[in-house]
Amino acid sequence: MISFIILMSIVICFSAVLALALNFQWGSGGMVNFGLAGFYALGAYACALLMLKGGFNTFFATLGAMAIVAVACGLVAIVTLRVTEEDYFAIVTLGVGEMLRLVALNEDWLTKGALGLSGIERPFNDWVAPTSYSYVMLGFCALMVAATVWFLNKLARSPFGRVVRAVREDDVVAATLGKHVLWARIRIFAIGGALIGLAGSLHAFYYQYIDPTQFSNIVIAYAFMAVIAGGRGAYLGTILGASIVMVLLEGSRFAKDLIPSLSSDQLAAIRIIIIGVGLIALLIYRPQGFLREYRLQANLSGSKQQSP
Amino acid sequence: MLTVKDVAKSFGGFRALNGCGLEVRPGTITGIIGPNGAGKSTLFNIIGGLFPPDQGVVELEGRSIAGVRPDKLAGLGLVRTFQISRELGELTVLENMLLAGQGQSGEQAWANFLRWGLVREQEARTLAKARALLERVDLWHLANDPARNLSGGQKKLLEISRALMLDPKIILLDEPTAGVSPLMSRALTKAISTLRDDGITFAIIEHDMDMIAEICNPIYVLAEGRTLTSGSFAEVTANEDVMKAYLGKVAA
Repeated sequence: MISFIILMSIVICFSAVLALALNFQWGSGGMVNFGLAGFYALGAYACALLMLKGGFNTFFATLGAMAIVAVACGLVAIVTLRVTEEDYFAIVTLGVGEMLRLVALNEDWLTKGALGLSGIERPFNDWVAPTSYSYVMLGFCALMVAATVWFLNKLARSPFGRVVRAVREDDVVAATLGKHVLWARIRIFAIGGALIGLAGSLHAFYYQYIDPTQFSNIVIAYAFMAVIAGGRGAYLGTILGASIVMVLLEGSRFAKDLIPSLSSDQLAAIRIIIIGVGLIALLIYRPQGFLREYRLQANLSGSKQQSP
Repeated sequence: MLTVKDVAKSFGGFRALNGCGLEVRPGTITGIIGPNGAGKSTLFNIIGGLFPPDQGVVELEGRSIAGVRPDKLAGLGLVRTFQISRELGELTVLENMLLAGQGQSGEQAWANFLRWGLVREQEARTLAKARALLERVDLWHLANDPARNLSGGQKKLLEISRALMLDPKIILLDEPTAGVSPLMSRALTKAISTLRDDGITFAIIEHDMDMIAEICNPIYVLAEGRTLTSGSFAEVTANEDVMKAYLGKVAA
């Protein structure tokens, strides 16, 4: 049981990083990303291939995957938003995401297609005994979640964070106030992309084996649910949201113990039903999510600061 | 300062503007009036860079700004407000103000991690400026509230104050008193004329004739996408064509 909880915590951690990336792109920046599963796959494959074919170590493979997904996301934003309205952006991300998944499935020479890539190396593997490795992996993943939240919270409190939220609220006003909206959106999507690359790398490290079925589009629904549950723009809430989604998903395995007559097909369906019912209940009882987005609370009574 | 000549703009088959022109001289409050559908807001949208004119000249201080992006115009000293208040509702009143500060290094994501000293210093300066402007319009005590919670009049005040954060040379106001109580409307009128005395040029679209009569000179009358006439309030109201445009040809 302990080992199950540890493994599940690891899954929660890299799911949380993925949901945090979405929370930045969509929650804070208002950019819908329906290609999340595809970019997630790109991150995982990029990390795995950099190690398996490029001979990089885990650290540089992770950095490389982050850079590759960031550039891919940035390019999608540039190409789409230059020529079209933001409304079509969601559809383009959906198409690009599906395209990335199909590349993984069909380009056998690179990705081994449906067979998937195996033998992916793990960080710190040489330094610890295999029996205690899952603790190290959990610590590493938890550290990555903490670093991501710290980074995003720091951005949210910065002038850049104001621009991000302003672009979401009203892009025309942001432009009128002198902000370069297209450039802001490209950066929002690329920074989110880097985090998706990080999540994909952690995914690859954890499973040590990746294939295209791991990145089906249902992942997008889970991520959106985690963000909505935690609160749009509230990064700590996303960790909570991701935990709830994953506990519901994985916890439903135990339904078989309670109701032995369930077939495995029924069980698989029940997991999806639980997620759906959970989302509806959430939208009825707490549509704004558990936590709130950061808002500047200045000291109003303090003396006037002298401008230099 | 701002020159518009023979501007035309069509949306599909509809000619919103057809040979419209005006001249805003420095230090004036230039009023733009006309019946609904005359093309006033379309004119502001063209000057403000939301879309380019089909033809015609738009110049700011002798430099063509037709089709120039809104964020570039802000850098050139031209800011506008909107007919329906467009506060950034989820941001606080203060954040709305801080956003409008120009030349903030912290708008580069990396600078917040590598040059945080500079960012913090700029932030303090922007905050002091925002506070002074908010105190002037009595909004400082609401600075931490989400802007969406403000009343209609307060939103208008916030929009003008936010525009002032850019140290603009010229501000385009689209119906500043629309949906504002008479008392607040008086306060707005006073605030605008004070700002004019401080050296800011205004172009105002307005339906409130008291305000027009009190502070606007010259006044341009638009009808059916054309500039009908211009002049002082007395000159414009004495013009028969203006009455026709407002009341329709039957009444005349």
